[in-house]
Amino acid sequence: MFNFKHEWIEKNVGLMLIATMIAISIGGLVEIAPLFFIKETVEKVDGVRPYTPLESRGRDIYVREGCYLCHSQMIRPFRDEALRYGHYSLAAESKYDHPFQWGSKRTGPDLARVGKKYSNEWHVQHLNDPKSMVPPSVMPRYPWLLTTALDYSDVAERLKALRQVGVPYSLTQGEYDRNVKDFGADVAKMLHIPDAQKNLIAQAQAGNFDGDRSNVSEMDAVVAYLQVLGTMVDFSKYDNDEFVKFR
Amino acid sequence: MSQQKPHSVQTTGHVWDDDLQEYSNPLPAWWLMGFYATVVMSIIYWMIYPAWPVGKHFTTGFNTVKYVNDKGAEKSWHWNTRAQLMKDMNDAEQMQKPYFDKVTAASFEQISKDPELTSFINSAGKAIFSDNCAPCHQAGGQGKVGFFPNLTDDDWLYGGTHEKIQETIAKGRNGYMPAFKEVLNNDQLDNLANYVASLSGEKADAAKVKAGDALFHGDAAACYYCHDNSGKGRQVIGSANLTDKIWLWADVPSQDSDEKKVEVIRQVIANGLNRGVMPAWETRLKPEQIKLLSAYVYGLGGGAK
Repeated sequence: MFNFKHEWIEKNVGLMLIATMIAISIGGLVEIAPLFFIKETVEKVDGVRPYTPLESRGRDIYVREGCYLCHSQMIRPFRDEALRYGHYSLAAESKYDHPFQWGSKRTGPDLARVGKKYSNEWHVQHLNDPKSMVPPSVMPRYPWLLTTALDYSDVAERLKALRQVGVPYSLTQGEYDRNVKDFGADVAKMLHIPDAQKNLIAQAQAGNFDGDRSNVSEMDAVVAYLQVLGTMVDFSKYDNDEFVKFR
Repeated sequence: MSQQKPHSVQTTGHVWDDDLQEYSNPLPAWWLMGFYATVVMSIIYWMIYPAWPVGKHFTTGFNTVKYVNDKGAEKSWHWNTRAQLMKDMNDAEQMQKPYFDKVTAASFEQISKDPELTSFINSAGKAIFSDNCAPCHQAGGQGKVGFFPNLTDDDWLYGGTHEKIQETIAKGRNGYMPAFKEVLNNDQLDNLANYVASLSGEKADAAKVKAGDALFHGDAAACYYCHDNSGKGRQVIGSANLTDKIWLWADVPSQDSDEKKVEVIRQVIANGLNRGVMPAWETRLKPEQIKLLSAYVYGLGGGAK
């Protein structure tokens, strides 16, 4: 008969370590692992696409400046949040985010649906000097975004890295054709890695996000990113309870 | 522990370093009962709410939530936060419905004469305004010279009637004026700036005003085409009234000399405008919310007949 003795674990630090790891991983496994298998986890919805090269670089700057420390991107299904921020966030809406920017602290407002809510000019002024637009704001100023040229020399490499973790940017003709089928020709062109730099510059020129067409600033990228947040899904196409069935 | 007799409590039986032992005190009974109660509670919880993953689905629990969706369909789902949200929204809508129904049915004139509706609009409108409009137009609607129009004066780019305000909120606006440095030389820009300053009674060089007048009404600059012969602007296209001493783009009031006042006007004429973007709110707000907001903005003090 197998005679277990507490003493074995207490006297063997290696065994203790392994047993501890097994014990604490059970919680994570039980809560997280099943979500990968439950078919309703990521909702079926039209419109969600990977970020364009410019938006993706804007997102990098968002992460670099630590925006996520004060701003969440996760509208929870509560009435107060629905009234202030709009439709609750879908899992599908952050499926191409690596890492996701859900955040866990709101010093400022949630940004999950800030896209198209304010004009580009407001964003530029507000990032440059938040108090000039919102007097009681405690947000710090980010004046260097306007004066720093965006470094897009490595944008293709960055998109390749995202492709490596499953974001459908295309490198080959086959992948490009798949994107045309999945996202339409216009979007597919923006997701083609060999054209990333060209597309980035073209979008910054056409969008003129920072009000200065002569260069591509970091402000261009950040505002392009902010203006697309939460706008990919057209909720008017769905009943307002469409996404209840996924929970 | 020091008060207890050393041998009245059992030890775990381990002995380290010759004499180091560990007491084996049983958990207090009240604590153990509490622990078992949480175990029983969790089993009850599993039966009521979604809990355990089973293959590609999960146990949903017996609890249900009933709500009505926007198509009027009555639904019943196992309890989940999204269904609960639908119910919460339904319940709150029911409470506000009598008021919103009145807002929808009444004309703006009727609304302004009904004290109960007016007080509803002031409180509900303030909440919607603060969440959506205040970041640009500021908390009291006073706007920001150089960026966003004041909503409390009686100067309106696109019109200040209830209907026009409603249209502006729903559809949004885009400000535009060509950059005249492309077609005019420096002297001409100077002359025009002096003329525009004179339109609202600012001090300006008389000779330059005369030359500017000719440019304004002539075909070289053709300012009259948008700003009207009178300089009072055309609300159909959102061109500014230049005669009313109210400034949005050129920050004339805060300049401390006449030269600087003319200079800021000159800047706007030279560089033009491709700003003044008001987002369209019809995708974010419901029609009845936009109507309510229109009445609120009108009530801020600047509404026009």
